[in-house]
Amino acid sequence: MLKIIRQALLILLFLTVLTGVAYPLAVTGLAQILFPSQANGSLIEHDGKALGSSLIGQPFADPKYFWSRPSATTPFANNSTSSTGSNLGPTNSALTDAVKQRIDALHAADPGNDAPTPVDLVTASGSGLDPEISPAAAQYQLARVARVRGRTQADVAKLVAEATEGRQFGILGEPRVNVLRLNLLLDGKL
Amino acid sequence: MTANAWLQIGLYLAVLLLTVKPLGTYMAAVFSDAPNRVTRLGAPIERLLYRLCGVRADEDMSWKRYAVAMLVFNVLGLLAVYLLQRVQQWLPLNPQHFDAVSADSAMNTAISFATNTNWQGYGGESTMSYLTQMLGLAVQNFLSAATGIAVLIALIRGFVRKTTQGIGNFWVDMTRSTLYVLLPLSLVLALVLVAQGVPQNFKPYETVPLVQATTATETVKDADGNAQKDAAGKDVTKESQVTEQSLPLGPAASQIAIKQLGTNGGGYYNANSAHPYENPTPLSNFLEVLSILLLPAALCYTFGAMVGDRRQGWALLATMFVIFVPLLIGCALAEQAGNPALTGLNLDQNATVLQAGGNMEGKETRFGIVNSAIWATATTAASNGSVNATHDSFTPLGGLVPMWLIQLGEVIFGGVGSGLYGMLAFAVVAVFIAGLMVGRTPEYLGKKIEAYEMKMASLVVLIPCALVVVGTAIAVLAPAGVAGIANPGIHGFSEVLYALSSASNNNGSAFGGLSANTPFWNVLLGICMFLARFPLAIGMLAIAGSLAAKKHVPQSAGTLPTHTPLFVVLLASTVIVIGALTFLPALALGPIAEQLVAIGH
Repeated sequence: MLKIIRQALLILLFLTVLTGVAYPLAVTGLAQILFPSQANGSLIEHDGKALGSSLIGQPFADPKYFWSRPSATTPFANNSTSSTGSNLGPTNSALTDAVKQRIDALHAADPGNDAPTPVDLVTASGSGLDPEISPAAAQYQLARVARVRGRTQADVAKLVAEATEGRQFGILGEPRVNVLRLNLLLDGKL
Repeated sequence: MTANAWLQIGLYLAVLLLTVKPLGTYMAAVFSDAPNRVTRLGAPIERLLYRLCGVRADEDMSWKRYAVAMLVFNVLGLLAVYLLQRVQQWLPLNPQHFDAVSADSAMNTAISFATNTNWQGYGGESTMSYLTQMLGLAVQNFLSAATGIAVLIALIRGFVRKTTQGIGNFWVDMTRSTLYVLLPLSLVLALVLVAQGVPQNFKPYETVPLVQATTATETVKDADGNAQKDAAGKDVTKESQVTEQSLPLGPAASQIAIKQLGTNGGGYYNANSAHPYENPTPLSNFLEVLSILLLPAALCYTFGAMVGDRRQGWALLATMFVIFVPLLIGCALAEQAGNPALTGLNLDQNATVLQAGGNMEGKETRFGIVNSAIWATATTAASNGSVNATHDSFTPLGGLVPMWLIQLGEVIFGGVGSGLYGMLAFAVVAVFIAGLMVGRTPEYLGKKIEAYEMKMASLVVLIPCALVVVGTAIAVLAPAGVAGIANPGIHGFSEVLYALSSASNNNGSAFGGLSANTPFWNVLLGICMFLARFPLAIGMLAIAGSLAAKKHVPQSAGTLPTHTPLFVVLLASTVIVIGALTFLPALALGPIAEQLVAIGH
């Protein structure tokens, strides 16, 4: 029995060194050489200053910006140190109420828009940090942003196209628009 | 569903099937008793390791010795993770200065990671230091998966060997699983994940400005930590301006790779693979969800190769596919149909070229419906438990699929190693039932299945069922259990049932609304996770020992062939009947009742 315990301790120690020290250090070393930007958080940089991460969504409530998907993080939306979804069940009335409120907020910012609201724009994302919205959700907001900014819709549509990514390799995932990138483009910061 | 959705499902299944033979062949070589090209390559490292640890690689262990070694090794690993969490505040690589984890939470997490469950009561980015993540949690990701493979390989030897006591050497099987299988695959996957955007560094969290400032709303607490109430009885809140975001970094990719490959599932971040840093692109998603089923599927082939009849392995894999594919499609259809409670709100839930549509609550834009459904089904078929969408917000039927897949005993792919040895327990039960029908002593792979094997297999099949049912009953009767429920009504019961199913089958996913980081839940789920792992592994090792001691019986006209479609149907029926009979009443009170309410709206 003592022999087994000693063997177990030693094997645990050596495998820990291998998988818990050597392996992450090797991955870190290779990652920092091969993919330095991605390995350090995919920061959007301009003139040496970090403006955000292209992977972590930010909250927007001003009509002049495209809005991100709702975020259920606390104590504020898109809190990147506390990722979470709402975990509201499908029949929970709190979910229906929240969706109604979000539709109302969108209408208040853009009273003339009677089109059906794209579902992703009024439902909370799984992480609370979704950096993207569907092209439909961008389309829905386009006229509002153009009007508030006094720019032509074609002008804004060009920037939307620039921030849009299709399915990866034409097959995987869903087409999507990066909201932070788009709003930085609108502000002329990129 | 759109044509693209079907295409993505088809592509996933096709690529998975294509990996089965090469990877399965490779693993058969790794665990073969005869020296070969693969094991010669790593022989110097192996020899050095064994010498340093005082292990004799040629020692053939009896099943009891094998089980003791497995148990001692895992309990020591469990204690190490517990200790690490309790003292992380004094150790290096803690740039965010996280405090020690509470005793009950640390105990729960240690059991959770040592049992390959990876239930998470804590939020990674707000609780665990970099050191705890890599030296404690990631290490257990490797070792618990390697343990599963080792037990499976020992069981296979029980079928192959004749009239002997030995079923192999646990230390060698552990080391080889880690060295030849888990480490190389993880290294490659981790690097691809970094290329897609998963962080891998040791820097403190990065602070970036918000383009538009936002408002934080916090409830004001009194000295005892209770929320202060105003005259109307409402919580007093305090608002403050937020102008910055703190981006959580660290050695994420290396841990995420093994958490997917080892069917562990414990997220580096709280939102798991829904988090854009944990799973940034559709490609990273494809590879992560492929990794969930990669080893469990390939091990079926390894099994066939090692018992000398590849058709036996394909038959088991076919059984898994027969149950998996319809449930996957069912889940995708339910989620794509959208949430009936939201119709009538002038909302667009239809799938078009511009949006995924469907039930998007708790799902990420880049994954849409179909990738969330593939993931939810794969992660619960296997005992992975990572998520890329919140299962709590799935439609009632969409959420029923993952819950029931867990309740089937984690044998439809299941955990790395543990899924297949669980499935083999069901196979023993299936040939026994078939034997009863024709009045013959049942055989499987040339070994007589007798009372002893049948008792052990029944225990392996029934222990998790009992834990789920009894645990759920305790939780809904105890005020401390009910206190954790987030959603009102029927769905709240589903949260409890899901949690107990997940822990008692070593899955680890959750209906995440449940607040389970309390002493009651940490202890209850900790007990379930422990009992669902080690007694089962020991039971299977006992079968291995008993089979190894038996003679080979030659096939005769009365032998039930176990590689035919007939056997696939028999085995699938056995799994489904046990899963349905045990859980239909509970499911009727949860997701099925909720579906009736939803369509009645």
